[in-house]
Amino acid sequence: MLRFICKRILVIIPTLLGIIFIVFGIMALTPGDPAKVILGEKATPEAIEKLNKEMGLDKPFLVRYVNYVLDLLHGDMGNSYRSGREVSEEILTRLPTTIRLTIGAIVVAVCLGIPLGILSAVKQYSFFDIAGTMTAMMAASIPAFWLALLFILLFALKLGWLPSNGSESFRHYILPSLSLAIPTSASLLRLTRTQMLETIRQDYIRTARAKGQVERKITFRHALKNALLPVVTVVGMEFGFLLGGAVICEQVYSINGLGTLIINAIRMKDIPQVTGSALFLAFFFMLVMLLVDILYAYIDPRIRARYQTRSKK
Amino acid sequence: MQDTLLEVKNLSVDYETDEATFYAVNDISFKLNEGETVGIVGETGAGKTTTALAIMRLLPARTGRITGGEILFKGEDLLKKPENEMRLVRGALISMIFQDPMTSLNPVMTVGKQIYESLEIHNLEHKSKQQLEERVDELLELVGIPARRKNEYPHQFSGGMKQRVVIAIALACEPKLLIADEPTTALDVTIQAQVLEMMHDLKKRFGTAMIMITHDLGVVAETCDNVAIMYAGELIETGRVEDIFEGTLHHPYTKGLFGSIPDLETSANRLHPIDGLMPDPADLPTGCRFHPRCSQCMEICKTTHPKRVSFNGHDIVCHLFTEGGAGK
Amino acid sequence: MNGNMKDASPKKHVSLSLTEDEAVNFKKKSQLKEVWRRMRKNKMAVVGLCIFTVIVLCTIFADLIVDYDKGIDQNIEIRLQSPSAEHWFGTDMYGRDMFARIIHGTRYSFVMGIVAVIVGITIGGTLGAVAGYYGGIVDTVIMRIMDTVMCIPFMLLSLTIVSALGPGLVNVLIALMLSMVPNYTRVIRSAILTVTGMDYIEAAKSCGTPNRYIVFKHVLPNAIGTVIVQATMSVGSTIIAAAGMSFIGMGIQPPAPEWGSMLSEGREYMRYSPYIVLFPGLAIAFSALALNLMGDGLRDALDPRLKD
Repeated sequence: MLRFICKRILVIIPTLLGIIFIVFGIMALTPGDPAKVILGEKATPEAIEKLNKEMGLDKPFLVRYVNYVLDLLHGDMGNSYRSGREVSEEILTRLPTTIRLTIGAIVVAVCLGIPLGILSAVKQYSFFDIAGTMTAMMAASIPAFWLALLFILLFALKLGWLPSNGSESFRHYILPSLSLAIPTSASLLRLTRTQMLETIRQDYIRTARAKGQVERKITFRHALKNALLPVVTVVGMEFGFLLGGAVICEQVYSINGLGTLIINAIRMKDIPQVTGSALFLAFFFMLVMLLVDILYAYIDPRIRARYQTRSKK
Repeated sequence: MQDTLLEVKNLSVDYETDEATFYAVNDISFKLNEGETVGIVGETGAGKTTTALAIMRLLPARTGRITGGEILFKGEDLLKKPENEMRLVRGALISMIFQDPMTSLNPVMTVGKQIYESLEIHNLEHKSKQQLEERVDELLELVGIPARRKNEYPHQFSGGMKQRVVIAIALACEPKLLIADEPTTALDVTIQAQVLEMMHDLKKRFGTAMIMITHDLGVVAETCDNVAIMYAGELIETGRVEDIFEGTLHHPYTKGLFGSIPDLETSANRLHPIDGLMPDPADLPTGCRFHPRCSQCMEICKTTHPKRVSFNGHDIVCHLFTEGGAGK
Repeated sequence: MNGNMKDASPKKHVSLSLTEDEAVNFKKKSQLKEVWRRMRKNKMAVVGLCIFTVIVLCTIFADLIVDYDKGIDQNIEIRLQSPSAEHWFGTDMYGRDMFARIIHGTRYSFVMGIVAVIVGITIGGTLGAVAGYYGGIVDTVIMRIMDTVMCIPFMLLSLTIVSALGPGLVNVLIALMLSMVPNYTRVIRSAILTVTGMDYIEAAKSCGTPNRYIVFKHVLPNAIGTVIVQATMSVGSTIIAAAGMSFIGMGIQPPAPEWGSMLSEGREYMRYSPYIVLFPGLAIAFSALALNLMGDGLRDALDPRLKD
């Protein structure tokens, strides 16, 4: 198991370099002169050229890429063109807010979607199942940012139960997390249901029935673990989706998180800030996928075995 | 005279889907004495597995429906039992081995645990965990697997080994009746022989009665006391194994079945397979179900369903035969 | 004793008088019919198809339904009105007719969703087919790149691309398209791999059928089902994503009547007139719902196993 984790962590390194390359490459395509952005429209051509040289922007792309990676190793992501402060500092002050928001959302989505999906599958074609899947179908089609607006309208403006913006207390996170979580929990419900139905049809479930096992234990001991395998992967993917959703939702609730930072940076053509923030989010997503893989191997002995035999070679 | 263990009387099973009703098993009856083996032989889709699932009451809940008949096990009708009592019969008194060992075991549970589970469910004597674990070891050794492998997962075993595990699960509580649904079809020929031999030994040792479902006449000849030939959901010929393999009176379909096996002793140039396909169970032919494929089909066969004719315990359902006398 | 031979299964005899091509065509035709028949029986799928048809008709005949100018011309005197006989969906903060804006809005997010998916599938599908069919080094290189790109969340990648290209309809379209390529490469590659593993492909290969023929005649038709289902479903989520981009001001710029930017503009005024955020959101949700329902129905129709 430990060996599997180590291997999996080693695999991250080339992927990470690849991600940096892609994000850095896309940002390098941005038209316009960064020095102009920093110095303003009135700067003299000589001053612009001088600054470009100072920042190493006159060098070829690959050299800049390598330099960027080397700087990254020291934790240096450059300075924001706009605020002049260190990019990493700007990110780190806002990161906890965004992470709290997405983790809150994924926890709610998992706690709602998976149990309801199991229930729906176990009681297939019951009133609950039909009502549940229909609601889920609709919920999965609702944009999270619209749901956020409706929530503010109802719970903040009409009923006054919860605050509509900011991130000062736990109460502030309730509406944003919920509006992010509901569409995701709907798709998790649907996936869990299909997976459960598929699993219940397997031969080994029939074997368990032939043993005389009670239906409840068949569901929890035999079907659940097998059915949840693909669900675990999708939860990881949904996490990436939620990170994207959070970027938009932060706008609605005026939360000063990484999403707001990134959108403002895009508007101001603050390239180092956009690059750094995008990298951070991608890196965070990768960590989540790593966790998912480890969890997967923990549940499924076949995956574990594959890594064991491979490492023996 | 031995005691009757299982008696199936006029059993009929349908599958109902949105599109059509499939008449999978139609009015079949047979008896099985304690310790004996009956072979149910027929083509794929003849209703063999459905019969087995009906006895276990494991038909697909939404579509499968038992439309008539009785299944008497030790004189009690299993069809009248409530589900919670039936659950205590499954695995403890009647066990089943399924066709494909590759998919019959839960891939994320160790084989030891899967055997243990069976013991745990029917642990009426309240044995300790320790005792049950010992029994798991014993069972594994019994089916020829070293007990130290009990913490391994199914994917670490070969097909033959998996089927041994499945057999260990089925025999865990020493059932009175074992239903084996094509237990060797998915295995290599050499492994088939080993597994069959093992099953035969264990059956003798525990005095278990067995229903052997197969399309392999060789397996029947080796393991069974009685044989039932199934076609389109009906038992068209039943009798002792000698009647079927050595007797001269046969249903044309049985003759056809034997005609499709190459025989080393008589050198024939070609096999004599039965022409045509099994009828669609949603649209069975009138009269005798076999008449469209029968080489000896008569006018009466197309309209009237034949009656069962018995020759001293050897029953044939065909218009060629009349009570007390042979046919043509 | 007669039988000691192990395989005594009675052989079934089928006479094949059709040529291979005829058989393929026959199968395809009856399969399509069968899928259509099953789909028609599925009420939810029919509802989805109806909504979809209505939206498509709105897209095509928007100008006949309501004047574009009504959704663009500002008239402060009638601002923030509730729905009435004259203004079915009310008016926005500039007094523009919301109904006109919503109907003409179908030409943005809805069309973008469909176009992005079609182009994304074409690019991703080609890459996936090449990777899946040829395997080896080609496969490794393509998939490594795609796996890396897929480590960047969809929305984030689109945002990064838009920030490099600048906001605007075409740029958002490009960003969404490129962001979904890796996913389709993966889906189509695995669909191709599943199919190429099948016995009938082995059979075709062993008969010496040329590669090209195998891919077009056997592999693609059999992989297409999965792809269509996937595509239908993702049009729904792409519509939401496109609207989301406009919502944060990265997509189509006002005053164009785009649903996402209508929501974003209306945000400030929703406490005075909730309708201003209600209808554009409903439009997005219904478009996505229609495609999700259709995708679901298609999946069930192509794979009836799940239904019983």
